[in-house]
Amino acid sequence: MSSGDGSSEPSSKISKISKKPRYSRFTQQELPACKPILTPGLVITILISLAIIFIPIGLSSISASENVVELVDRYDDVCIPSNSSNHDEKIGFIQDAATNKTCFRTWIVPKKMNHPIFVYYQLDNFYQNHRRYVKSRSDHQLWSPKSERATKLCEPEAQNDDDKPIVPCGLIAWSLFNDTYRFSRNDDAIEINKKDIAWGSDRTKKFGSDVYPKNFQTRGLIGGAKLNESIPLSQQEDLIVWMRTAALPSFRKLYGRIETDLEANDKITIEIQNNYNTYSFNGRKKLVISTTTWIGGKNDFLGRMYMTVGGTSLFFAIAFSILFVIKPR
Amino acid sequence: MDSNSQTEINDYQVPGFILNSSSRRSISSIQSKTSGGHSIREVSFGELGSKPIRHGSRGADSEGFSASYKEINDDDARLIYINDPERTNEKFEFAGNSIRTGKYSVLTFLPRNLFEQFHRVAYIYFLVIAILNQLPQLAVFGRGASILPLAFVLLVTAIKDAYEDYRRHRSDKIENSRLAWVLVNEQFQHIRWKEIRVGEIIKVSANETLPCDMVLLSTSETTGVAYVQTTNLDGESNLKTRYAKQETQMKNPENEKISGLIKCEKPNRNIYGFQANMDIDGKRVSLGPSNIILRGCELKNTEWAIGVAVFAGRETKAMLNNSGAPSKRSQLETRMNREIIFLSIFLVALCVIVSICHGVWLRNHKDELDLMQFYRKKDYSESDVENYNYYGWGMEIFFVFLMSVIVFQIMIPISLYISMELVRVGQAFFMIRDNRMYDEASNSRFQCRALNINEDLGQIKYIFSDKTGTLTENKMEFQCASIGGIDYSNAKDSNEDGQTGGGPFLRPKMKVKVDRGLLNISKNKHTSEGRYVNDFFIALAACNTIVPLTVDTPDPAVKLIDYQGESPDEQALVYAAAAYGYMLIERTSGHIVIDIQGERQRFDVLGLHEFDSDRKRMSVILGCPDKTVKVFVKGADTSMFSVIDRSLNLNMLKATEDHLHAYSSKGLRTLVVGMRELSPSEFEQWHSSYESASTALMGRAALLRKVASNIEHHLSLLGASGIEDKLQQGVPEAIESLRKAGINVWVLTGDKQETAISIGYSSKLLTSAMTQIVINNNSKDSCRKSLQDALIMCKKLSTDSDATSGGSGNRANQLALIIDGTSLVYILDTDLEEQLFELSSKCNVVLCCRVAPLQKAGIVALIKNRTDDMTLAIGDGANDVSMIQMADVGIGISGQEGRQAVMASDFAMGQFRFLVPLLLVHGHWNYQRMSYMILYNFYRNAVFVLVLFWYVLFTSFTLTTAITDWSSVLYSVIYTSVPTIVIGVLDKDLSRTSLLKHPQLYGAGQRQESYNGKLFWVTMLDTLWQSIAAFFVPLLAYWGSDIDGSSLGDLWTLAAVIMVNIHLAMDVIRWYRITHAAIWGSIVATFVCVMVIDVLPFLPGYWAFFRIAGTGLFWLCLLGITIGALVPRFVVKVFVQYCRPDDIQIAREAEKFRNSRDPQDAQIEMNQVLDPPRT
Repeated sequence: MSSGDGSSEPSSKISKISKKPRYSRFTQQELPACKPILTPGLVITILISLAIIFIPIGLSSISASENVVELVDRYDDVCIPSNSSNHDEKIGFIQDAATNKTCFRTWIVPKKMNHPIFVYYQLDNFYQNHRRYVKSRSDHQLWSPKSERATKLCEPEAQNDDDKPIVPCGLIAWSLFNDTYRFSRNDDAIEINKKDIAWGSDRTKKFGSDVYPKNFQTRGLIGGAKLNESIPLSQQEDLIVWMRTAALPSFRKLYGRIETDLEANDKITIEIQNNYNTYSFNGRKKLVISTTTWIGGKNDFLGRMYMTVGGTSLFFAIAFSILFVIKPR
Repeated sequence: MDSNSQTEINDYQVPGFILNSSSRRSISSIQSKTSGGHSIREVSFGELGSKPIRHGSRGADSEGFSASYKEINDDDARLIYINDPERTNEKFEFAGNSIRTGKYSVLTFLPRNLFEQFHRVAYIYFLVIAILNQLPQLAVFGRGASILPLAFVLLVTAIKDAYEDYRRHRSDKIENSRLAWVLVNEQFQHIRWKEIRVGEIIKVSANETLPCDMVLLSTSETTGVAYVQTTNLDGESNLKTRYAKQETQMKNPENEKISGLIKCEKPNRNIYGFQANMDIDGKRVSLGPSNIILRGCELKNTEWAIGVAVFAGRETKAMLNNSGAPSKRSQLETRMNREIIFLSIFLVALCVIVSICHGVWLRNHKDELDLMQFYRKKDYSESDVENYNYYGWGMEIFFVFLMSVIVFQIMIPISLYISMELVRVGQAFFMIRDNRMYDEASNSRFQCRALNINEDLGQIKYIFSDKTGTLTENKMEFQCASIGGIDYSNAKDSNEDGQTGGGPFLRPKMKVKVDRGLLNISKNKHTSEGRYVNDFFIALAACNTIVPLTVDTPDPAVKLIDYQGESPDEQALVYAAAAYGYMLIERTSGHIVIDIQGERQRFDVLGLHEFDSDRKRMSVILGCPDKTVKVFVKGADTSMFSVIDRSLNLNMLKATEDHLHAYSSKGLRTLVVGMRELSPSEFEQWHSSYESASTALMGRAALLRKVASNIEHHLSLLGASGIEDKLQQGVPEAIESLRKAGINVWVLTGDKQETAISIGYSSKLLTSAMTQIVINNNSKDSCRKSLQDALIMCKKLSTDSDATSGGSGNRANQLALIIDGTSLVYILDTDLEEQLFELSSKCNVVLCCRVAPLQKAGIVALIKNRTDDMTLAIGDGANDVSMIQMADVGIGISGQEGRQAVMASDFAMGQFRFLVPLLLVHGHWNYQRMSYMILYNFYRNAVFVLVLFWYVLFTSFTLTTAITDWSSVLYSVIYTSVPTIVIGVLDKDLSRTSLLKHPQLYGAGQRQESYNGKLFWVTMLDTLWQSIAAFFVPLLAYWGSDIDGSSLGDLWTLAAVIMVNIHLAMDVIRWYRITHAAIWGSIVATFVCVMVIDVLPFLPGYWAFFRIAGTGLFWLCLLGITIGALVPRFVVKVFVQYCRPDDIQIAREAEKFRNSRDPQDAQIEMNQVLDPPRT
C-alpha cells in the first residue's frame, strides 16, 4: 500500500509548506565552543601561577604594613578625674558643661614618621551603623536650602521646640564628635591641617555651600559639637567626615593632617578636650596618628591572607603533582 | 455484559470493573474510542432498510448499550424548537455563537491578570514581604527598591499575557465575523457567525466550515448523506459520513416551514457521542452521533447541507474540547521544594538568631538606651519626654524578626522560579527546532505542550508504549491470505496496471502486492478454489463500512478510487480485494456496486450488523445478483471459530488454523471470514426481527446484538487474511538504545499474545536469549499461582546466575514477562498487584497484550505508585489517553489515529524513534542544566544572604545593610541572573554524538546524580565558606580603618557578584561567545550599576565606589576574596574528577581526547562505574 504513496499523492500535499525547522548551528545546538577540561597539567599550572601571584603580593603587603608607623592611645579612661570610678560619676563629669575637661598626654615617637601624618580619633563600641542612627539624616537638606524642611527621617532631631527645622537635622549630625586635640613638640605647637580632610565629592556635591546651620544643638539635650552658623555646611569638614557613617562599630575618623615629619624619640604632648560622652554606653575613645603606604594603614591581615592562599595553592600544586605521578589514570 | 467481560477482556471495559473509574480519572474519551491494537478494529455498522446506516457511532455505544436509547430525562434535556430560535431561547438562554477565547477585556485585564498571577505562592511571598516593608517601623528597604522586583516580574508576565490575549481576540474577531447562510423569514441570508442562535436553520455549502454544532436536516444527496472532514477536531483526515433523517430529508425549508422539537443532551466534550430525540410531524425519531455535524468540521463532496443549530459558541463540542495542556510538576521541582523547606528553616533560624541577639543586646544596654547617641530612645522634642520609636522590649524583638525576614528574603530563591520558566522556554525552543525530531512524513515538528517537565525527560526509568501506531506505522498492508485451506503468501509487487482489473479508467489509489497464483485463480471462478476465492473477496469488498470516492488525476482517462473509512484494516482489505479484481465502486445505504473482474455487479445490502466488542465480528446480509441471500461475516479468529460449522470441512478448518498461527507468529493481524447462504424462510424471520429491533426506541443496540448472534452461526469458513502492521522506521534500534540506557520498555497492546510476541521479536524487545514468563489465566487463583511460580523461578535464575558467573552474568539471564489483559483483571487493584510489581521489577521486558485502555493506566499506576522512578507513556490513539495522563511524562504520537492522544500529552512528536534523541540527548541536557541551575541558585542567594547576615552581627543586630537597598534588590535580578539562565539554556555537558553512542550515560539522570540531598548539603557547606571569605576578608582588611559603610558595602557587593559569577564560570563546560558575554557582561553590568548608584548625590553612599576603587587595597581584596573563596571548591573538584570520575566526566574526557585515547577504553571504564563497588 505504501508503495503507491509517491506518484499518486494529491498535489495539495506537495504545496504544503514544510514545517521542517530551518537548519542553523544555533538551533541545532552545534555552536562552536571551547571545552576546557581540568587536565593534570592545567590544574598544576593554575595552582602554581596562583602561588606565584599571591605570595609576592602577600609579602609586599606585609612589608608595606610593617613600614607604617602608628601610635594609638586610649584616653577616655584616663582623662577623667581619678575619683569618678563608677558609671554615673563618669556621666556626671562629662555632662557637666562647667568642668574643665582638658587633659594632657605625652607620647614618644618610636620611629621616624614622614609627613603627611594622619591624625584620627577612634571610637570603639560606637554603632554608627545602627539602624536607628544611619537613617536619621536628610541628604536633601544638606545640599539645598530649599529642602530645609525635608526632615521627615530625622526624628527625633528634626525640629526644635518651635517647630523650626534643625539644619543639619538627625541623630548623626546631632551626635557630632567634639573632642579636640592640640599637638606640641617641645612646647612648639605642631600645626594640624584640618583642611581637605573630607571627601572632595562631599564638599562640592553633597553639602551645599549656601546651606548654613540653623537651630542646631539648641534643645535640652546636647549630643555633641555645635556648629558655627556663619560657615556653610560645605566647609564644616568635621561634620562632613562625621556624616560618612562608619561601617563597623569600631572606627576611626580623620581629624587632620600633620604636615611635618616627626623624628624618632620626639616627645609629643597632646592637649585633649575630653568633651564627647562615650561613658553612657561604655564606648572607648582613642587618638591615633599614623603614616600611610599604598596599602593604607597598619594592617597585615591582607598580606597574611595572600600568603595563606598562595601557600595553599603551592601545597595543592605539589600534592596533586604527587597524586598524578603515583596514581596515573 | 459483566459476565462477558470476565471471560474476554475487551476494549470497552465496564467502568469500575478494572479500575474504579471514580477514583481514577474518568475521561469520557477513554471509553469513547476503541483500541487500535485490536485484530479487528472497531467498525461501525448501520441499520438497514429505511434507516440510513449509522456511522461513527462509537461514542454512543460506549456509553453503554442500555443507556443510549433511554428517554432523555426532561430535566437534563435541552429543548430546541426547530426554526424557532425565539422560543428555543425563551426559557433558557442558550449560549450564542460568538466565541471568546480571549481571557480578558480592557477593563478586566488588570484585576484578572493580577489575580491569576498571584495564584503562585512565590508571588504572594514577594507581596507579603513588600507590604511588610511598607510599614514605617519595618521599612528596611526604600519603597521603590522593595517593590521593584515584584513589579518587574508582574509587568513582564502581564505584557506577555496581554500580547497573547490580543492575538486571541484578533482571531476571535475574525472567527466571529465569518458569514453563514441562515434561514430568516423563509429565506437564507448571510449572517455573521456570532449572530447565529440555537434553533436556527443553517445551510452550509461544500468546503465550508461549520459555524456551530448542528443536527442534519437534509443534504444535497437524495440519501441524505453528507461527508465531513474532521481534521480540525480530531486530526483525522479521512471523510466521515453523516446522515440526515429520512423524515426531514425530503423537506425544503425555503418552501415549507419545518417545525419540530429536538430534545438533546446537555453540552459535553464527547465528540463521538450525541443522543437526542426529534419530534417531527407527530413522529418521534431518535438521533445519534451520525446525525450531528460539529463546529470546525468541513463539508466535503456534498453540495450543501441544511441543519439546525443545537449547540452554539462555547457550548460546541469543539470549544469544550479546547482545553489547554495538562499541568504537571517535574520531579526535580518536587525534590527542589524539599530543599526549599530547608532553606526556609535556615531563613527562620537566621532571623531567630538575630532577634535573640538583639533582645539580649537591648537587655544589656537597657539603662543606656535613653542617651546613647546612636539609639536615643527618648524624644525630647515635646514638653513631656516620650519614647521615640520604641515599642517595648518584646515588640522591638518582634520587629527585628520581621525586618530580618525582609532583609534575608532572597534566601528563598524566588527568582529561581522565573529563571526556571525562562530556561524551560529556551529548552523547548531547542527541542522544537531540532531537525532530528522533525517527521517528514507527517510534516510535524516536535511539540512541547507542557512547559514544566522538560527535565523529567532526563530521568525516565520506565517507558510504556502502545504498539499500533506507535511502534508500528498503523499503515496496514495486506500480506497474505488463506482461502479454502490454501495459503497464498507469495505476494510480490504488481507493476502491470492492466492486470489489476477494473478497466483502464478506474484505479485504486493504493497499490497492493499481489500473489500471482491467487490472481490467476480469482479470474477463474468456476473451479472449487475459484468459488472460495470469489466469495472470499466479495466478503472483503462488501463486509465493511468503507466509502469509495473517485478522485480525478491529471490524466483524464484515469480516475483513482480512494477508499475512505475509519479503520485502516478495512481499507487494507478493500484495497486488496480491488487488487485482485473485486473493486468496490459505489456504496449507498441500500446497495453496493462491486466491479468483479471488469463486470459491475450490484448487491443489495439488506442488513449490517455492526462490530461490537462482545461479538468481535461484523456481518453483512447481501442480496446477490443471482437472487440468493447470503450473510458474510468477518471477525477475530477466537470469535469466528465458535460460530463456524465444524462439521463441514474439518481439514480446511485445520489448515486455516495452522495458517492463522503462522500469520500471527509473523506478526500479522489476522481476520477470519465466513459465509452462509440464507434460506428464504430464515431470511424472512431475520428480516422481521431486524426491522423491529432497529426501530425499537429502548435498548436498540442490545436487541440488534441478539438479532446478529441469531444469524451468525453455522457459517462455512471461507478463509483468513493476514495484514501486516509495519514497524516504524528505526524502532528496533531505538528500543535497543533505550534498553542500553537502563530504561525498562513495556509494551501494552490490544493485540493478541502471538502477535504481540512476534512484534516484540521484530522490534528487538525480545531476544531469543530471554526467558519468557507467560501469564494468561482466567481466574484469580490461577493468577496467584502463576505469579508465585514465576517469582520462584526468578529467584532460582538469579541465584543460578550469581553462582555461575558472578555479577556480570546478569546479561545471560534476562527475563521477559508476557501477561494478558484477562489476567490483569484479576491482578490489578487486588492484593496480587504487589506480587506482579515484584515480578515485573525483576523482568527486563514486560509485554501486556489484550489490554483495555483503562488497564493501560492501571499498569502505569502499578509502577508509578510504588516507586519514585519516572514513567513515560507513549501512544497515539484515544485508547492511550488514560495512560498518557497517568504517567509522569506523556508523549503523543501525532500519527494516524487522530489527535486525542496529542491533546492529552505533554509532548508530541511524529515517530517513536524520536524518543532516543528526546530522552538521551535533550532529556539528559535538560536534566543536567536544570539541576545545576537549581543548586547554583540556592548557592547564589544563600551566599548573599549570609554576607548580609554576617554584617548584621556587627550592627548590634539591627538589620542595617552596608550593601545599598538597590544592590540587594538588583543582585538576583540583574547582577547574577542572566548567566545562570544562559547556561541553563545552552550549556551541554556532552555532545550529542557521545550521548547517542553511549546510552549508559543516561543513567546519571535516573540515579539523580546531578541533584540530590548530598549535593545540596555540600553546596551549602561551600556556600558557608564562600560567604565567610567574602565577608570577613574586607572586614579584617579594613578593621580599625576610617572606612565608611557605603564603600565597604560596594566592596561586598562586587566581591559577592564576582565570586558567584566566577563560581559559575568554573562549572561551565562549553564556552560559547554568548556565555562569555553573559558572565563577563554581568560583572561589568554590576560595576556599572554600582557606579550609577554612587553618582546619585541624594543617596548616602555618594561617590563611595570611585573613592574606594582608587585604592589598591580594594582591588587586592576583590582578587583575594575571589580566589580564596573558590580555591577549596577548585581543589575538591579536581580531586573528585581525578579520583572518582563519574560516567559523564569520563565521556567528556574521551570526547576531548578522542584521538589520543581509544574510545573503547572509556567504554570499559564506564561499565565498571555503572556497578559501583560495594563499600
